[in-house]
Amino acid sequence: MTDWTTVCSLEDLVPDTGVCALVEGKQVAVFRFGDGETVYAISNYDPFGKANVLSRGILGSIGERPVVASPLYKQHFDLTSGECLEDDAVKLEHFPVRIENGIVQVSSAA
Amino acid sequence: MSKKRIIVVGNGMVGHNFLATMAESDHASEFELITFSEEPRLAYDRVQLSKYFSGATAADLALTTESEYDDSGITYLKNEKVVEIDADNKTITTSTGRIEGYDKLVLATGSYPFVPPILGKDQEHCLVYRTIEDLEAISASAEVSKTGVVVGGGLLGLEAANALKEAGLDTHVVEFAPRLMAVQLDEGGGNLLRHKIESLGVSVHTEKNTKEIVAGEECRYRMNFADGSHLETDMILFSAGIRPQDELARQFGIDVGERGGIVINDYCQTSVEDIYAIGECALWDSKIFGLVAPGYQMAKVTAAHITDTLINLKTPELAFKGADMSTKLKLLGVDVASIGDAHGHTAGSQSFVFSDDIEEVYKRLIVSADGKKLLGAVLVGETDSYGTLLQLMLNDMDIPGNPAALILPALGDEAPAGLGVTALPDTAQICSCYDVSKGDIAAAVQGGCCTMGDIKGATKATSGCGGCAALTKQVMDAELEALGVEVNNDLCEHFAYTRAELADIIRVKGYATFKDVLQGHGKGHGCEICKPTIGSILASYKNEYVLKDDLMPLQDTNDIFLGNMQKDGTYSVVPRVPGGEITPDKLIAIGEVAKEFDLYTKITGGQRIDLFGAQLHELPKIWEKLIAAGLETGHAYGKALRTVKSCVGSTWCRYGVLDSVSMAVALEHRYKGLRAPHKIKFGVSGCTRECAEAQSKDIGVIATESGWNLYVCGNGGMRPRHADLFATDLDDETLIKYIDRVLMFYVRTADRLQRTSVWLENLEGGLDYLREVVIDDKLDICGELENDMTRVVGTYQCEWKTTVESPEKLKRFSHFINAAEEDNNLLYVRERGQRRPATDNERIELVELTAEKH
Repeated sequence: MTDWTTVCSLEDLVPDTGVCALVEGKQVAVFRFGDGETVYAISNYDPFGKANVLSRGILGSIGERPVVASPLYKQHFDLTSGECLEDDAVKLEHFPVRIENGIVQVSSAA
Repeated sequence: MSKKRIIVVGNGMVGHNFLATMAESDHASEFELITFSEEPRLAYDRVQLSKYFSGATAADLALTTESEYDDSGITYLKNEKVVEIDADNKTITTSTGRIEGYDKLVLATGSYPFVPPILGKDQEHCLVYRTIEDLEAISASAEVSKTGVVVGGGLLGLEAANALKEAGLDTHVVEFAPRLMAVQLDEGGGNLLRHKIESLGVSVHTEKNTKEIVAGEECRYRMNFADGSHLETDMILFSAGIRPQDELARQFGIDVGERGGIVINDYCQTSVEDIYAIGECALWDSKIFGLVAPGYQMAKVTAAHITDTLINLKTPELAFKGADMSTKLKLLGVDVASIGDAHGHTAGSQSFVFSDDIEEVYKRLIVSADGKKLLGAVLVGETDSYGTLLQLMLNDMDIPGNPAALILPALGDEAPAGLGVTALPDTAQICSCYDVSKGDIAAAVQGGCCTMGDIKGATKATSGCGGCAALTKQVMDAELEALGVEVNNDLCEHFAYTRAELADIIRVKGYATFKDVLQGHGKGHGCEICKPTIGSILASYKNEYVLKDDLMPLQDTNDIFLGNMQKDGTYSVVPRVPGGEITPDKLIAIGEVAKEFDLYTKITGGQRIDLFGAQLHELPKIWEKLIAAGLETGHAYGKALRTVKSCVGSTWCRYGVLDSVSMAVALEHRYKGLRAPHKIKFGVSGCTRECAEAQSKDIGVIATESGWNLYVCGNGGMRPRHADLFATDLDDETLIKYIDRVLMFYVRTADRLQRTSVWLENLEGGLDYLREVVIDDKLDICGELENDMTRVVGTYQCEWKTTVESPEKLKRFSHFINAAEEDNNLLYVRERGQRRPATDNERIELVELTAEKH
């Protein structure tokens, strides 16, 4: 059974921005993509800049893939898979995320 | 078969060009190349010598390096002069007694400066201008001199005058002839050039025949002229022409001309078998060619002749047929060009003259008796049509329509007269330095080149004097167009527009959100390129609160939390200190905040104070305190107006002529919060001592006795650029009006992340055009530009004040949305009494230490 950690209400997430949540000791970047109910969760740690900052990056698309650009050195990470578009060897943890009654929840089970 | 030995005497520009041609040829392996230079270094660019005084080093001027020669297998001997030729035994002897045999000998000994036989010419501080050693001597002399005189008002003389001016001397030019550049210019052109040069502060004395140089009364020397007048100066630079360096030929039985120069035929062969002469030492058809392009042509002819006779064993085809001496250059900042028969010596020739005293432009065309062919031209002040005119003359083309149209300025909407590059034949020479034809450039484009950099790499065009850059680009663009290639200037994959185009779209359509712009003109979801760009454009025009819900997602790393993100994800905080003026109370308030939050504190280059190491949740608390102390946000995080640096000015300084601090404070308050394609910095100095370093700023203001001088588009940092003097002696009101217009025109037309310096360099028409737009209102937009600025000024808000007053916005200022903990990844060490982020190694040690304790 999956354990869900409550992050915030959907309304707290400004469309097309992210926040950082503490999920069972892990720093998770949670993003609201567009102004609907599409949300993603990946690790908040930027392995290039070595800092916990990805939730503060700009959201966008590269081709069809939804991405966040690191605020430090602008590498792109696929929000659905955690893959880095600039470096095949780098793949971040990504997390299941859901909206229950207007509440955003993340599971630490990667 | 043993290698054929080629000895080149002299390693100047032409000698080097010959060696490079040989070393790059298909037969390079069949030759042994040896060169001797009496100078202590290998070939360098003598054409650009005056750049030495604007900061270029010997290495910058070098055309090659020793390792390049080593790699090409070229043997070089520096500081070694060839003193003897034994043509019978085919050997040479050098100053050190070394004897070397040759199969072919190439004399590329160049020229030496002519020093008129004036009494007292050999004293200290009487110098010439030819080699890097000469420049070093000039520099040393300039250090201990205030005034300098150049003897000679020709092309080289004016270059030398530029060097003295760059070295900071009060500069004079003394010329024997009645006008400057008498060889290239007619009377009208010479007069305008003189006027322009004098307005730059260089004094010109024509029709002066120097009799003697004696001890001076006010300066080191006094020059007495034949007409009884005199001039005092501390140093003298002779630049009265060149003489071919033909001493070696003269001594060892090679024919020289009556007035000097080693006589050569169409294959650059001298009177002695197996000996060639090229460049300024050679005399072809009784003519010396003192430009580099004909020298390179001789090098090419000689290389072909040697290869054909020694290796291919066939009759040489390539011959030297003389050279066009047309020239275009910038002398002391004045554009000057001379084409073909500039004086109208051709029988029956007619001329057209256009002279504009207001714009300071002089143009004269010499055309054939029937008015159909162009024979020559003189252009001073504006040389845009040089390429077109030169091609008309060189290719013997018919002048399209009325010749006068070629030099008349474009009026109204009419396109400037001229001929398109498509009309040129493929054989038309575009780059004379490297003999690159239109066909060569077309072939390079067909081979895949599509930028000027590509063309330069593939053909060498524009890499000599650079005079052909505009024409080369036109040829390249025309070829690209013919191939159906579209040059892609799209901002990113989401918008097929440049930033300037998007700025126009947003302004004209009145868009206020990214969503509207994307729906109307883009695709996809946007990205970290287009979102901040459009966010910035919206801010420049609408100037709304940048953290408004629909604008916030557009803000880049720093803007989105109104702070400058540092390497560990914490932020730095910079309160505004207008003009660098701050009260002790505010200074104490900043100090108290820094102390309370343990912020690393550093003074910035823009006369402000930067506080580092603030975590997200601390930012609002810090700003509440700063705002309570009367401070505002400094926009250090934005592509926006940063600082207006100032010196203390006339209020306190003994030398200040105007109140620079008050002006700086007023300017900073006027433009604070203005978002732009990139950051903008100002400087205001209270006198010409320029303590605020305003000339290295985007906008520089310098006080003079009669008002403010406005400088634009300077830059420090990665690519320093001196700002250009835009307008002089302005009153406060006009100064601000011009700055409003320049900045808003920059906002409208610049590329993404393009500083004003690069913007101006890429602006078609450059500084003159910017003046026409801003001062003469050529585009009839100054009213709009001022209104746009008035709106920005009227809607200013301190973004931090708005933020700390908004509970909704403050929610985002914590590391976790669902927990009160801080980021556990932050580690610091203390250094010189303050903290800084731990390095990777320190981090490992610190973590281990912490683990041991637990």
